[in-house]
Amino acid sequence: MGILEVKGVNKRFGGLQALGDVNLSVQENTVHAIIGPNGAGKSTLLNCLVGKLIPDTGSVMFDGNSVLGRTPHEINQMGISRVFQTPEIFGDLTVMENVMIPCFARRDGAYRMHAFETVANEATIVAEAEQILEDVNMQDKRDMHAASLSRGDKRRLEMAMCLVQQPKLLLLDEPTAGMARADTNNTIDLLKEINETRDITMCIIEHDMHVVFSLAERITVLAQGTPLVEDTPDNIKGHPKVQEAYLGQAH
Amino acid sequence: MEAIILQVLNGLDKGSAYALIALGLTLIFGTLGVVNFAHGALFMLGAFCAVTLSRILTLSREVIDETQKDFLGNPLKVEIPYVHDIFGETLGATIIDWSVPLAIIIAIPIMIAFGVAMERGLIKYFYKRPHADQILVTFGLAIVLQEIIKYFYGANPIPTPAPEAFIGSFDFGALIGMDPNVIIYPYWRLVYFAFAMIIITAVFAFLQFTTFGMVVRAGMADRETVGLLGINIDRRFTIMFGIAAAVAGLAGVMYTPIVAPNYHMGMDFLVLSFVVVVVGGMGSLPGAVLAGFLLGILESFASMGAVIDLIPGINQVIIYLVAIVILLIRPRGLMGRKGVMEE
Amino acid sequence: MLGLNKKDFTLLLIVVILTMLAPFILNPFPESSDLAQFNAGYPDLMQRFVIFGIFAIGFNILFGLTGYLSFGHAAFLGVGSYAAMWVFKLLGMNVLPALAISVLMSGVFAVLIGYISLRRSGIYFSILTLAFAMMSYALAYSVLATDMDGPGQQGLLQKGLTGGETGLQLTLQDPRILGTQTTETGNTPVPSLFGLEMRSSAEWAVGDWLFTFSVGYYFCAVIMLIAFYLSIRIFRSPFGMMLRAVKSNQQRMSYTGLNPKPYTLAAFVISGMYAGLAGGLMVAMDPLAGPERMFWTASGEVVLMTILGGAGTLIGPVLGAGVIKYMENIISKINSTILHEWFAFMPDGIEDAMVTMVYPFIGKGWHLTLGIMFMLVVIFLPGGLVEGGQRIARLFRRRKDKPSGGDPEHHPKPAPHVAE
Repeated sequence: MGILEVKGVNKRFGGLQALGDVNLSVQENTVHAIIGPNGAGKSTLLNCLVGKLIPDTGSVMFDGNSVLGRTPHEINQMGISRVFQTPEIFGDLTVMENVMIPCFARRDGAYRMHAFETVANEATIVAEAEQILEDVNMQDKRDMHAASLSRGDKRRLEMAMCLVQQPKLLLLDEPTAGMARADTNNTIDLLKEINETRDITMCIIEHDMHVVFSLAERITVLAQGTPLVEDTPDNIKGHPKVQEAYLGQAH
Repeated sequence: MEAIILQVLNGLDKGSAYALIALGLTLIFGTLGVVNFAHGALFMLGAFCAVTLSRILTLSREVIDETQKDFLGNPLKVEIPYVHDIFGETLGATIIDWSVPLAIIIAIPIMIAFGVAMERGLIKYFYKRPHADQILVTFGLAIVLQEIIKYFYGANPIPTPAPEAFIGSFDFGALIGMDPNVIIYPYWRLVYFAFAMIIITAVFAFLQFTTFGMVVRAGMADRETVGLLGINIDRRFTIMFGIAAAVAGLAGVMYTPIVAPNYHMGMDFLVLSFVVVVVGGMGSLPGAVLAGFLLGILESFASMGAVIDLIPGINQVIIYLVAIVILLIRPRGLMGRKGVMEE
Repeated sequence: MLGLNKKDFTLLLIVVILTMLAPFILNPFPESSDLAQFNAGYPDLMQRFVIFGIFAIGFNILFGLTGYLSFGHAAFLGVGSYAAMWVFKLLGMNVLPALAISVLMSGVFAVLIGYISLRRSGIYFSILTLAFAMMSYALAYSVLATDMDGPGQQGLLQKGLTGGETGLQLTLQDPRILGTQTTETGNTPVPSLFGLEMRSSAEWAVGDWLFTFSVGYYFCAVIMLIAFYLSIRIFRSPFGMMLRAVKSNQQRMSYTGLNPKPYTLAAFVISGMYAGLAGGLMVAMDPLAGPERMFWTASGEVVLMTILGGAGTLIGPVLGAGVIKYMENIISKINSTILHEWFAFMPDGIEDAMVTMVYPFIGKGWHLTLGIMFMLVVIFLPGGLVEGGQRIARLFRRRKDKPSGGDPEHHPKPAPHVAE
C-alpha cells in the first residue's frame, strides 16, 4: 500500500477525456515523477489530488483516507502540500510573514480567531519561521516584500512555506520551469536534501528529463490521459512505448 | 390581460434606459476589462446635451412691443429667439420645439469625443490596476462630473419637453382591438422604446457585420492573440469606449422628456444598471439588453396595486432581490460566459 | 505597553492627546477674527469627526486588510441607529445599553449579509453589498414604515419599525420601562450616561477664545480611542496577517491549509459592528434615525474617507473622515463675499478673477473639491494621505541623511499599506 493510491480515475471536460482510468501508487518516502508530453493530463491529475478538480469516477486515497470531495485546505491539512509552476506566494507580505502563515496553519488549523494575540509575541512560531529561512538560506531577505524577490528566491520561499508545514506528501508542478541550468541544479540539490533529511514523499511533474532522472526513484509516463508504464528510471529510459509517446506515432 | 399589457408597456421605457446604459457598460467591460462607475454620469451628460441645446436655441433678444401692454400697463417686452431671426418664425419655432431630438446630432460627436478623451486621459492608466481601483477612480470621476454639471445648471431638475407632436397619450388598447380607454400610453415612451431598439440593433449590427466590429469581438474573446496578429486593438477599443459613451449619452438625451434631468440622475441609474449588467452576465451584450428589459418590466409589474397590496414595498426591492438571487444561484448571470470575473 | 510595540503605542498616544485636546486644537482662531469660521471645535462637528472615524476604522478592517470593497456599509450604520433608537424608546435613555444593542444588532445583520455576499468576490461582492444596502434602505423607507399597530390603534408601531421618511423619533408615549417617560418639564428625556446628559457642555473663555467641552464629544472620543486601539491589535495579530493573506493570494492560502471564508466573514462582521457602533453613537448624540443614513451615497462616503486617508493604514481612515467632515462643514460655508474679503488686497480685476476661479470649489461646490482630491489620491497616492505624508517625511529625511551617504537600511521599500 502506497501513501497515495489513485484508482480508476476518469475526468472529462465536455467531449475531451482528460484522464482515462488512471491508476497510480506512490510509495512512502520515495520521489515519484510523472512525465508525459504536453496535454497528457499531468496537471489535471495533480488538480484532482489537491481538491481543485473532482474526478468523475474513481478514488484517490491518501494515507488511508479519501481526499475526494474535500476542499483544498482540508486536503492540505491532511498532509499534502503543493508547489506551483509559477510560485504562488503572498506577494504583499514580507518573506518572514510568508513562512509564518503556514506555521500558524499547522498549529491552529484551518481557522482560528486569534485577533487579540500579537504576531511578534508568538515566540515559537517566530523561531520556527526563522529556522526554515536559515535552512533555505534566505534569512537576509526576511523583511523584504515577497513580490520583489527574484524568481529563484520566490521558488525557494514557496518551497520553504511547504516544508515548514512538514507535509507527508509534497506535490511539485514543474519546479524548475523557466530556470537557468545553475538554478535547476540548485533546486535538484535542495529537493534531494529535503527527501533525505525530512522523510517527505515527493510527487513531481516535470518536463526536464535531467531533473527527472537525477531525482526520481519511480517514474509514471502519462499519455493522452492514461498511464503508459510505471517503472524505475533505468527501465524507462529505453522503453519503446515512452519514446513513441514522446516522439509521436510513426506514420 | 389589459393589466399585463399595460405593465409590460410601462416597463419598456425604463427597461430601454437600463438596457442602453447596461449595453455601454458591458461594451466597456468586455473590450477594456474596466468597471466604469462613471457610466451613469455619461448618461447624465447626454441629458444635459439636450438641456444645453434647448437653452442655446432659446437664446433671445428682447424687443419692446408697443402694441401690447403687460398687466401694469407698461409696453410688453417680447423675447425673440435668435433662431427665429435666422430661420424665420415658423421654421425657428419648429426647431425649438424639436430641440430634444435635434440634440442627438450634437450629442453624438460630443459624447464620442468625451469618451475617447476619458479613455486616453484616464482609464488607460488603470488597465493593470485592480478592479477596486478602477471602480474607485471612475466613482471619483462621476462625482466630479456631476458636481460640474450642478455648478453650471443648478441642483433642480430642468424640465425639457418633447416635441409638441409627441406630447400626450394614445389609446394603445384600441389599436390592438381592445376596449378603448383601457391602455393609454404616452407617445414619447413609445418613441423612446423604438429609439432604444434602433440603437441596440445598430450596435449589434456594427459588431456583427463590419470588419471593425469583428476585430473588436475577436479582441473581447482573446485580446492577446488579436494583438499578436499585428492588429492595433487598443485604438479600436478606444473607439469602442467612445461608442459606449455615445450610447449612454443618447439614452440620456431622449430620456429628458420622461424625467426632467438633474445632476444626480446618472448615479440613480448607475446603481440599477450595474445590477442589470450583473444579472445579464458580465461581458455579455445580449445578456445586458435582455436583463435591462426584463428588470424594467419586472419593476413595473411589482408596482401594480394588487401586487403591492400582497407584498408591501415589493416595487422598491424587487430588482435587488432578483439580483441577489441570480448572483447566488447563477453567478455568471443569465447569459454570461463562465469564468468572467467570477473570482 | 498595552500589548503594542513602541511605534504603535506612540501612535496611539498621539491620537489620544489629539482627541483629548481637540476642543483647543480645532479652535485656533479667536472668536472675533475673520478666520473664526474655520474653527471646527464645536461639539456637533467634533462628534461627527470621531463617529465617522469609528465608521471608517471599521470599514478599513474589511477593505484595507482583505481588499473586499463593500459598497453597502451604510446599511449597518442604519441598523445600529434604529436599534439604539428602540432601546431609547423601550428601555431608557442610558447610552450604554443602546450602544451594546446597536453593535449586537448590526453584528447579526452583518453575519446574514456577509454570509451571502462573501460567496462572491471582486465586483460581484461590491454589487451584492450595494444591492443589500439599497434593499435595507427601501425597507426602512417604506415597507417597515407602515402602520403595524392595526387600524385605529395609536401605539408604538404606528409608524412602523423605522418611521419612514421622517425617521424614528422619541415620543412622550414611549414606555422606557427602565427610565423616565417624560422629564419634569414635560419634554422627552435626552440620552445620558448614568444621568450625565450627552448634550451638556462646559465653556471656557480665554481672552478672545471660546472653548467648548461637551460630554457627548468626550464620550464619543473615548469610544473611538477604544475602537482605534482594538483595530491596532487586530492589525498586528495573526488574524490580521491572515486577512492580508486573503487580499494577497487566496489560492496559496487554501493550499496552505487555511480556509479564507471564515476569516473574511469575521472581518466583515467586525467592520459591520464598528459601523453599528457609529450608528448607535449618532443616535446617542442626536436621538433621531432616518433611512437616508442607509442610502448608497452614505456607503460611498465611508469608501471615500478610507481611501482618501489611506486604506490599509492604521490612522488613515480617521484622517480621511476628519478631512471630509471638515470640508463638508467648513469649506461648504465659505461664500463669495468671504472670498472677496480674502482677495481684497489684490487689484480689483485680479481679485474678481481669483474669486471666479476659486468659487466653484468652495461653498456648495465642496463636493467637486472632494471628487478631485479623491481622484488624485486614487491615481497618484494609492496609500492615501498617509502615504503622501510618508513620502514628504522621507524626502526630508533623505535631505538630512545626504551627507552620510545612501544607507539602504534607512530607506526600506515603502511599506505596503500596513504600517502607521
